[in-house]
Amino acid sequence: MDITTLSALEMGRKIKNREISVAEAVKAQLEKIKVSDASYHCYITVLEQEALARGEKVQKLIEAGEFKDSPLAGVPVAVKDNICTQGVRTTCASKILYNFNPPYNAAVVEKLENAGAVIIGKTNMDEFAMGSTTETSYFGITNNPRNTEHVPGGSSGGSAAAVAADEAFYALGSDTGGSIRQPSAFCGVTGMKPTYGTVSRYGLLAYASSLDQIGPIAKNVSDCAAVLDIISGHDARDSTCVAQGAYHYTEALADDVRGMKIGIPKGYLGAGLDDEIRKSILAAAETFEKKGAVVQEFDLDAVDYAIPAYYVIASAEASSNLSRYDGVKYGYRTGDFENLQEVYKKTRSEGFGNEVKRRMMIGAFVLSSGYYDAYYNKALKVKAIIKAGFDKAFQKFDVLLGPTAPSTAPRLGESLSDPLKMYLGDIYTVSVNLAGLPAISLPCGTDSKGLPIGMQLIGKHFGEKEIIRAAYSFEQTQTGNK
Amino acid sequence: MKSYETVIGLEVHAELATKTKIFCGCTTQFGGEPNTHCCPVCTGMPGTLPVLNKKVVEFAIAAGLAANCTITQHCKFDRKNYFYPDLPKAYQVSQLYLPICRGGGIEIETGGEKKIVGIHEIHMEEDAGKLVHDPWEDCTLVDYNRCGVPLIEIVSEPDMRSADEVIAYLEKLKLILQYLGVSDCKMQEGSLRADINLSVREVGAKEFGIRTEMKNMNSFKAIARAVEGERKRQIELLEYGKVIVQETRRWDDNKDTSFAMRSKEDAQDYRYFPEPDLVPIEISDEWLEEIKNRQPELRDEKMLRYETEYDIPAYDADIITGSKKLADIFEETVALCGKPKEVSNWLMVETMRLLKEAEMEPENIEFSAANLARLVGLIYDGKINRTVAKEVFEEIFKSDIDPVQYVEKKGLSMVSDEGILRSVIEKIIAANPASVNDYRNGKEKALGFLVGQTMKEMKGKADPGLINRILKDLL
Repeated sequence: MDITTLSALEMGRKIKNREISVAEAVKAQLEKIKVSDASYHCYITVLEQEALARGEKVQKLIEAGEFKDSPLAGVPVAVKDNICTQGVRTTCASKILYNFNPPYNAAVVEKLENAGAVIIGKTNMDEFAMGSTTETSYFGITNNPRNTEHVPGGSSGGSAAAVAADEAFYALGSDTGGSIRQPSAFCGVTGMKPTYGTVSRYGLLAYASSLDQIGPIAKNVSDCAAVLDIISGHDARDSTCVAQGAYHYTEALADDVRGMKIGIPKGYLGAGLDDEIRKSILAAAETFEKKGAVVQEFDLDAVDYAIPAYYVIASAEASSNLSRYDGVKYGYRTGDFENLQEVYKKTRSEGFGNEVKRRMMIGAFVLSSGYYDAYYNKALKVKAIIKAGFDKAFQKFDVLLGPTAPSTAPRLGESLSDPLKMYLGDIYTVSVNLAGLPAISLPCGTDSKGLPIGMQLIGKHFGEKEIIRAAYSFEQTQTGNK
Repeated sequence: MKSYETVIGLEVHAELATKTKIFCGCTTQFGGEPNTHCCPVCTGMPGTLPVLNKKVVEFAIAAGLAANCTITQHCKFDRKNYFYPDLPKAYQVSQLYLPICRGGGIEIETGGEKKIVGIHEIHMEEDAGKLVHDPWEDCTLVDYNRCGVPLIEIVSEPDMRSADEVIAYLEKLKLILQYLGVSDCKMQEGSLRADINLSVREVGAKEFGIRTEMKNMNSFKAIARAVEGERKRQIELLEYGKVIVQETRRWDDNKDTSFAMRSKEDAQDYRYFPEPDLVPIEISDEWLEEIKNRQPELRDEKMLRYETEYDIPAYDADIITGSKKLADIFEETVALCGKPKEVSNWLMVETMRLLKEAEMEPENIEFSAANLARLVGLIYDGKINRTVAKEVFEEIFKSDIDPVQYVEKKGLSMVSDEGILRSVIEKIIAANPASVNDYRNGKEKALGFLVGQTMKEMKGKADPGLINRILKDLL
């Protein structure tokens, strides 16, 4: 039996029951990566020696009675390469950080390690998490394991592909405008973006600080809930991390949606949406109804303004966040310069890719004097309207249902030539980030090309448990899910 | 020549006297080997986040209250973006849109005239690092120790009209901050820095002239010189029919002149926007009340109290309260030994003299109240006379010695045995018949000579009063 096909919780149970040792799990995972990563290229860095050593250690600790309350102890995990791992290079898939070794671990990495996790490698992504295809990575593209001619989505494409290809039992991604949910949809796996402030951002290399949130990508809803149990919670090092205590998301794993009120924003089924996806979502709605939920379409305010507002705010913050990569302190520095201005100019010109440059320039522009009110301030107002729209919807509904993306995974090389079109692909995901809400993407079928279709369930602020329950209930009706 | 009026506003940066930095736990201590007072947060390593030091907010509020400002109870931090190697995040966390204090004023007095200098705002921000040029290696090194040290920037209204007013305002501000314990205000260490915005206009003109901003003055004297220099420069330009360029200038105190650093056209667009890594600061009524109740006594109150509680003259109270350090030593010493007027004299006369000789500021005083109190005790117990006391005080001032031990070790105690003194005086009378005669013939001065001779014989270790009494007795 290929043990890499097990879910994370199944593997955790087998390790706990001594059916499989941590070393066996780690070796099997490394072997799998060795065999299939040449085709998919999910990883930027594979931590072979480190993972083997760590596996031995975790096994001993388990035998000594540690990690009793940790269902994922000993299970290998993949971490997106914008999350700091002490002494292990963390590149953000950018040339400018090609050699950056963080002197500290991200809060989520500490939490994973405290739960007995074994980090198996750092996954590929769009450079600085800017992109929807993982094609902007300095370290090369990742192929969609469902069909290698197609992109895995992005920006957490490496994490989603690794889970889809059984190159990871589960993975961490980050989601600023859909970067966990969209690649999860494209690769046919389950990914969750928690409420802003649920998971500490300490150690996450910032793209857009007010929107970024780390979350799990896994083989099923239960695994996502289990991972979220581990990584969520208050962290004194992140002022915006407002979560208190433990939430016990796994408690919400119940196959019961009777009486649950589910709303479908009409704007999420309108023009621009692939017909096959529309059918899939409506079929999912029917499934929910059959299981006793009440499903209703409604008008969500300001849907059309979400993308421009998102790109203004995210780019503005990015232009500031990425200014520190200047060749002075760490990372890439140009080889040839006459003065300080040249160090900056050449380092940044040579070190950043086009999509990152584009967004930094948009960001610098919308913040510049004379344009601030017209763009940045207006975008903040739109953000407030979008938030209010969701608040109104959640007075009526427990959960919102819609597609994760307007299409299934595009073919490689199709997207980057037309960035505006690529940005439009974020239509159903960005407003969730602007409103700071939790959302999960899970598979709900395939299109005629056999590519996975993802559906999205959106919850109210800290309403993770409702969407976990809805997603878990839906998952039970699907065949072929683990 | 037309007659001109000078219009001056100041931007004062004061480093706050918190133990740790504004967004991390690193020490704010001055000095230290380069890059030893820093961590991933204050060096802006990727992925790190700021966590606000609550004390910074409390200090800023305390300063605002003392300057009669309105406190912004819902305030925020903003990012000021620019590239420079001393700024590791390439932005400074500061406040633009909602500064913590607004709209206050400070009363100053120059030449007997009182006047209020308006405070436009006070905001909190982080300091940058320091660039050090290494001439041997011909390279520039960065020291991040100062990165993230908390600052408040106090922005005045353009209400000052002369260098005297500027200095009076700065003196007043410095005292307020020192009394609050908010900043030690050491200009040499850069914990108090002032930028001068100055313009001139014809007397009676309604509009302000074009202003320049002057940086890099590291003493009040330099500031006064810079104000004077810039005033003259601008008037001269106007007199020759030239225009004043809005620019930032750098004062060179050695050359007594300033140089243009950058003009308005080169001015950076800082692309301010709200800092997303910090949550807005909510200052509750309760918190504000707590800080109000904790406000220490400021100088004006202290002066009044000194006159009534310690019964010392207003003149003394003015000088002693003119430095927080002096006032602290005064109060501590009096608490130990009483005798406020005596203590005040030691501070006003001997301490001031020694400070002047050593070219020191009162803030740099190192002796302890305990040793000054012991010295006063020795005098009042009749153990030493004033001449010896002055000698001993110099040692206290220099190295904070314990005067009791010092007097004992050096054998400086007064001889209080009347028998010994009497026999010495008898010898002096026998040896100086001429003076004795003079005295007996009514020349009071002659007595002083005999006292002096006795004192010399006693090597200074006698009570002059006692000598006087015995002499008169014997004569």
